[in-house]
Amino acid sequence: MSILTYIAGWPLLAALLLVFISGKNRVIIRAIAVLATFISMVLAIKMFCQFAAAPVDADGYRFVQQIPWVESLGISYHVGVDGLNVGLILMGAIVAFAATLCSWEIQKREKEFYILLLVMSGGILGAFASLDLFFFYFLHELALVPTFIMIGVWGRGEKKNYATFQITLYLSIGALIALIGLIALYLQSGADTFDIPKIIAYAKAKPLATNVQNFIFPLLLFGFGILVSLWPFHSWAPLGYGVAPAPTAMLHAGVLKKFGIYGLIRIALPLMPVAAQSWMQIIAWLAIGNILYVGWVAMRQKDLNLLIGNSSVAHMGFIFLGIASLNLIGISGAVMIMVAHGFLAALTFALSGYIYQKTNTLEISELGGLCRRLPFIGTVLLMAAMAGCGLPGFANFVGEATVFFGAWAQPSLHWAVVLAVWGALVIGAVYMTRAIRNILHGPLPEKFATLPDASNLWRKLPYALLLVSLLIFGFVPKLLTEKINPDAAKIVAVSSPVVKTSAVALAEIHTPKSEIRN
Amino acid sequence: MNSSFLTLEFCVIALGIVLMLADFFVLPERKKYLAYLGIAVLTGLLAISFTGDGICSVFGTAFHGSFIEDPLALFFKRFFIAAAILVLFLAAEFSDRIIAGISEYYSLIVFALAGMLFAASADDFAMLFVSIELITITFYVLVSFQKNRLVSLEAAIKYLILGALSSAFMVFGIALIWGTTGKLNFGELAQVSSQFLDNKLFLTGVLFVLVGLGFKIAAFPFQIWAPDVYQGAPTPTTAFLAVGSKAAGFVLLLRVLFIAVPQVTQQWTCLLITMSGITILYGNLCALPQRNLKRLMGYSSISHAGYLLLGIVALAGSAGKSTDGGAAILYYLAGYLFTVMAGFSVIALVARHLADEDISSLAGLNQRSPFLAATMTIAMVSLAGIPPLAGFFGKFLLLKSVIAQGALTGHHAYYWLAFVALAGVVISIYYYFGIVRAIYWSKEAADLSPIQLSGGAKFSIALSLAGIFWLGLFPNTMLNLANEAAKVLGN
Repeated sequence: MSILTYIAGWPLLAALLLVFISGKNRVIIRAIAVLATFISMVLAIKMFCQFAAAPVDADGYRFVQQIPWVESLGISYHVGVDGLNVGLILMGAIVAFAATLCSWEIQKREKEFYILLLVMSGGILGAFASLDLFFFYFLHELALVPTFIMIGVWGRGEKKNYATFQITLYLSIGALIALIGLIALYLQSGADTFDIPKIIAYAKAKPLATNVQNFIFPLLLFGFGILVSLWPFHSWAPLGYGVAPAPTAMLHAGVLKKFGIYGLIRIALPLMPVAAQSWMQIIAWLAIGNILYVGWVAMRQKDLNLLIGNSSVAHMGFIFLGIASLNLIGISGAVMIMVAHGFLAALTFALSGYIYQKTNTLEISELGGLCRRLPFIGTVLLMAAMAGCGLPGFANFVGEATVFFGAWAQPSLHWAVVLAVWGALVIGAVYMTRAIRNILHGPLPEKFATLPDASNLWRKLPYALLLVSLLIFGFVPKLLTEKINPDAAKIVAVSSPVVKTSAVALAEIHTPKSEIRN
Repeated sequence: MNSSFLTLEFCVIALGIVLMLADFFVLPERKKYLAYLGIAVLTGLLAISFTGDGICSVFGTAFHGSFIEDPLALFFKRFFIAAAILVLFLAAEFSDRIIAGISEYYSLIVFALAGMLFAASADDFAMLFVSIELITITFYVLVSFQKNRLVSLEAAIKYLILGALSSAFMVFGIALIWGTTGKLNFGELAQVSSQFLDNKLFLTGVLFVLVGLGFKIAAFPFQIWAPDVYQGAPTPTTAFLAVGSKAAGFVLLLRVLFIAVPQVTQQWTCLLITMSGITILYGNLCALPQRNLKRLMGYSSISHAGYLLLGIVALAGSAGKSTDGGAAILYYLAGYLFTVMAGFSVIALVARHLADEDISSLAGLNQRSPFLAATMTIAMVSLAGIPPLAGFFGKFLLLKSVIAQGALTGHHAYYWLAFVALAGVVISIYYYFGIVRAIYWSKEAADLSPIQLSGGAKFSIALSLAGIFWLGLFPNTMLNLANEAAKVLGN
């Protein structure tokens, strides 16, 4: 059995176990959930550390396991990691553990909440590890549905029902459009299997016809794009995260949302290189829509959660820009941001969850001076905001800078880089610093005079864990980039033979850069 | 003639007669338990149908080719027997709400089952009509069985009138086909039907038969009876209508369309695409505002007929080259059986003391019986087609078969149909989750008394749940069975 099966399996197993435990044993339920995600996280860290030493199979994947499931359709349970998903699985497992720890804010129907949270964690980790198209989709759906239920049942605020409705509608439509694309891909590839490495190998020998590519690529782009809140299909995201309970928002914004981009990079780019080329400009435009438009919207927000939600949508723009660049640096940067943003989104939603729990409001105008009462939470929030503006030292900076380098290598994307830098440096800085000033500084309102800070190590752990992860990958990005690069290069080799040479040249410039920062 | 093919049918008819006669000898308070006799016999028959040696493994025809035993027939016979077993469990739970003649109720269910078994094997139009009438006429009685409830009678009248109308269409159609071709047997008709492709009378005949069968499966535009009848009929009847009667319609539809008149079907692919698309949208859109659970299930069953028609479309488009669509239909029906039975069992048990089955009657079910609450949730999630349950894999297969036709022929209509189906799925999530929401977080729960479940109810629900998970997680066995059965439809 592959270690990946255990990473995804423990949370699912724990969810099953919880079904049979009475809802009255609150401590036991929580302990099981925390333990399961903890084991899963430890295994993920172990997997990450052993990655380089692990044996590689013929297709370039490690920790591979394959069990036939439905032979007549060519579906098998096939898991494995390469540079593209190793970071995502590590990030997902850490966020899942942190989200479970943060679930103490849930007071009613705890058992059901933990079951759903565990299903969500296990499902998404499995989806990232999956190398079979069917399971890839299947496990994502499995993780997606609990999100809706959690927001609908445990959500907060008056707009709960509307937001639940909207997020369900958007994400279901997105997932189903992607499903049509995936089925069409399976049928058109002619490989008669759902096995991703086999399809890719088959397509290398016998590429898909251009008209077929042009038909399927938009299905995947917009299907997955809706899942990732690609502008202009993003409006579900800020609203949904605004009402979601903190652990759900952490897991969804941090981990689940990355599925769409991962799908584009893993499946759409290598299989449909011609279509990807022709859609490049459009993707870049949409990415700028994310960065500038949504960033601008974020500046106007008066609610902390909506601000974080919009900012998280804006960050997706950088990833899409990386994809649009279609070269090694851009794709590596996109993967890097996926990991970094996962930690960051989870961290910010965890913090806003804490503040809401204690103050019962997230209206920025009603908050103020919180740093006096909440030195720990305040400091972490400040650092998270800095990471959100893309300050060096945090993993986000590495990813964003890399994406800019990558996109600059495409002469047709120069305009996009200029605009995106504005979005990253100016707009992001404006809303983040303004929020920080209003929330953490200034006079402390009377009613918050007795606010308690995260008291013990146990309560501080999730925030610390996420922040430390951001810092580690910020200071030592090589841990991740040297894993990503070889596999991103494979995708680039297929998807853009034209710019390959310049990409390699830039990659050489890029490598010392990250070493300097070490 | 080889009458050993009819073993299952003979046993089922004998069982029906025994149940009816037992009425004279069994004490009134014990009549309820006659259902378990029926269940035991049917379980035995189901087991026999799976034993490799002898009775059900020999294929061939009987009665001069009007009765056929083949893998497709066998698949559906197992399906119908399994459905009847679950319906009898439900009927036993429901028995206290049927004032008179519970043993007749059981025996009518068994007779309807006999009709379905014959339908599964029908290989000519005479047999088709007789088996359909055997099913429909027993259902007239089954629908009206709660004589003290006005809605039940109203439903029966509606079903009777529209049913008679559709029978009339069907007989007329059969007469036209017979008149133009001189054949009633499907196999013989297939050999000559290509000569009649321009014959308006012949085509009208086929169309009229399609109308009659469309009524059975409640496909647009013959769906109008479904919501009223589903709502008014006693719950076990509704469940059997939703599963058994619909599946009988589908097996006959498959045989007529793809064995008797394959060339006509191929020409009518566009008609079938339109029918499927509108049925899906109609069922799902009309289900949105419903408050009555059984009525909602009625609309939902219309939409599922639309999804099943996707498989028919795929078969029609492939012209016998690929039978994936057929296998997908069979798989979907199997999943639908367990899901619908689980759902209706919960409705029957929860609404035991209530006059109507409003969605609000589910309020607080989570506290009253966590088991039933979980069952209903799983059933709804499976109907909505969400993994890892049976409904997802079934829909996946259906969609795949349709998109395969699109990929093969390059015809955009198939892709559009797939998109319509997906739109239907998204719409359906709304009302299925509305039910889940009513269970877990509606505030106005008036009655919080725990619901006591009998052993039989627990067992049958557990069986349905096991089926839902089995088909969702381990599709291999059933898919192989379905593939083998569907091979009959190819050439």
